[in-house]
Amino acid sequence: MPATTDTVAAMRAAAKEIRKQAVMMSHRSRAAHLGSALSCADVLAAAYWGVLRVDPKNPADPDRDRFILSKGHAASALFATLALRGFFPVEALADYAKPGCHMEEHPTPHSAPGVEAATGSLGHGLPIGCGMALGARIAGRHTRVFVLMSDGEQNEGSVWEAAMFAGGQKLTNLCAVIDFNRWQATGRSCEVLALEPLADKWRAFGWSVVEVDGHDVAALAKAMNGLPDPSGKPLAIVAHTVKGKGVSFMEDDNNWHYRAPSDDDLARALAELEGA
Amino acid sequence: MRNAFAKTITALAKEDPRIVLLSGDIGNRMFDEFKGLFPDRFYNCGVAEANMTGVAAGLALSGFRPVTYTIAPFNTYRCFEQIRLDLCYHNLPVVVAGVGGGLAYAGLGATHHSCEDIACLRSLPNMRVLCPGDAVEVGLLLAQAVKGPGPSYLRLGKKNEPVVHQVQPALEIGKAILLREGADVMILNTGNTLPEAMGAAEILTGRGVSAGVASVHTVKPLDKEFLARSFASCRLVAVMEEHGSAGGLSGAVAEWLADHPGQKARLLRLNTGEHFVVACGDQRHARELCGLTATAAAAAIAKALG
Repeated sequence: MPATTDTVAAMRAAAKEIRKQAVMMSHRSRAAHLGSALSCADVLAAAYWGVLRVDPKNPADPDRDRFILSKGHAASALFATLALRGFFPVEALADYAKPGCHMEEHPTPHSAPGVEAATGSLGHGLPIGCGMALGARIAGRHTRVFVLMSDGEQNEGSVWEAAMFAGGQKLTNLCAVIDFNRWQATGRSCEVLALEPLADKWRAFGWSVVEVDGHDVAALAKAMNGLPDPSGKPLAIVAHTVKGKGVSFMEDDNNWHYRAPSDDDLARALAELEGA
Repeated sequence: MRNAFAKTITALAKEDPRIVLLSGDIGNRMFDEFKGLFPDRFYNCGVAEANMTGVAAGLALSGFRPVTYTIAPFNTYRCFEQIRLDLCYHNLPVVVAGVGGGLAYAGLGATHHSCEDIACLRSLPNMRVLCPGDAVEVGLLLAQAVKGPGPSYLRLGKKNEPVVHQVQPALEIGKAILLREGADVMILNTGNTLPEAMGAAEILTGRGVSAGVASVHTVKPLDKEFLARSFASCRLVAVMEEHGSAGGLSGAVAEWLADHPGQKARLLRLNTGEHFVVACGDQRHARELCGLTATAAAAAIAKALG
C-alpha cells in the first residue's frame, strides 16, 4: 500500500518534531545518546504515522500492533514519538530523566503509556518480539510486531538466537528494523566485530531482507507495510542511516553518543531542524 | 519429579488455555501427551535459553502463562539477565522450571550441577523461589506458580525420588510444611534432600533426640513466622539443602537471623560447601561426599547438639 501524500507529509513533520524534542530533552536533562535518537527518528515517524495500528486512547488494545525499541538508549526519541502521537501530553517530556520521573533514560512500560517492553540492555527486544509474534499467532490475532535494533546490538548473541527462532517458526508477523548508522559506542560497528555482510547474515538465518534509506520515511513505511512478507518468512529491514541525522555538526560524529548539547548547541540545532 | 511436572502441566493446560510450554531441547518424549493435546502450545526453542526466556516474556506480555523448561543450570545462569529484566523487571507470570536441581545430575559433572541457583534467583526482585521436596510438592507448587502474578523459579529434581507426602498436604507458596514435630532440633529442608532430612530425623529419634522436619519448599518469600517459631522453640535449627554454602536457604535463614538476634536456637548449615563437586559417581555418592545423607546429617546434628 503506497503512502498517500498526506501521510508522507505527516511522517516528515513528525520526524522533525521528534528530533527537536530529542535535542531539547538531552539538553534539559544532560542525557546521553542523542546521536542514537536522531539516527532513528525517521524509523519512529514512519512506524507511528504510517504503519502501526495503535490507538493512543486504548494503548492496551490486545489487537494492536507492537513496536519495541530494542535500542533502548534512544528512549528520548520513543518518548517524544509517543507524546506527539497522543499517548500522553507533550508537556510531560519536560520531566524526562529528571529525579522522580518515570521516564528514565531507558524505557519501561511503567515509564509512559505505549511503551511495550523494558529495554536498555541490548539484545532483549527481538526475543520478546518473537514471543509477542508467536502469541498473536496462537491467539489468531492479526497483530504485527516491529522491533528496532541498533547495529551495535547485532553483537549480542541473543539477537541471533532469536533470529534463528523466528526463522524456524516462520514468524511472518515479525519485522526487525536495524538502524545501521555504522557507529557503536566506541567505534565503527563494522570494525569492532565482523558485522558485514549484515543483510546476508539475516538472509542466512531464514529472513526476507529489504535494504532502505533509513531517512526516507516513505520507503521505510512501504518496507514495514510489506509485513507479512509474501515469502512466508520474517522480515528484516536494514535501514541505512546517519548517526546524529538532522543536525549538521552532530551527523556521523560519534562524540554525540554521550555528549549533551550546550545552550549554543541547542540553539543551532533547533534552528537547523526548523529550517530543514 | 520431572514426571510429576509433565503430568501436572498437561492437566493445568487442559483447564487454562493461556499456558504455553517452552522447552530448551529437552524432555521431548516426556511431553508427548501435552504436544498431542496442544500442538500450538508447545515449542522446542532449541538450545537457546536467552531467547527462550525472552519469548516467554513476549508471550506473557500478550496474555499467556508460559513455562520454560530445561536443565537447571542452563535455565538460570545462562539466561540470568533475561530472567532479571524480561521476567522480573516486567513482573510477568512466567514459571522458569529447572530440571536436575542441585546434584541430581551428579554424574554428568559440574557443568550440569546447580548449587548456586537458589542464591542467584532469590536475589532478584519479584522472583519466587520454589524447591519442591518430592513429586507431590511439584504438582502443588506448579499449579500455584502458573497463576502468577509474578515470576517463579521451580527447582525440580530428576525422577523416581522417594515420595515423602503419603497424603496430599495443604500447600501454600511461602508457608513451610511441618512434617514432624521436634523439641531439640528442627531440620529445615528445601528441595530434593527432603527424604534424607526425614531419614536423619528418624535416626536421631532412635537415639533419643526430639527431631522435627519441615519442608521449606519456598525459599522466597521466606516463611519468617515459621523461622521465628523454630528458633524460639528448639535448641538447634539445621538447614539442609543440595546447594552451596553461599546464598541458599541457609543464607536466607542467616540473613533473617542477623536481623533477629538473641534467638534460643543456633543455626547449623548442611550443604554442598563452597567448592565444585568434582568426582564421578551418582547423586548418592555426591551426597556422601558433601555430608548430605540421612546418616551424615544425623551425625552432624547430634554433634552440634552436644
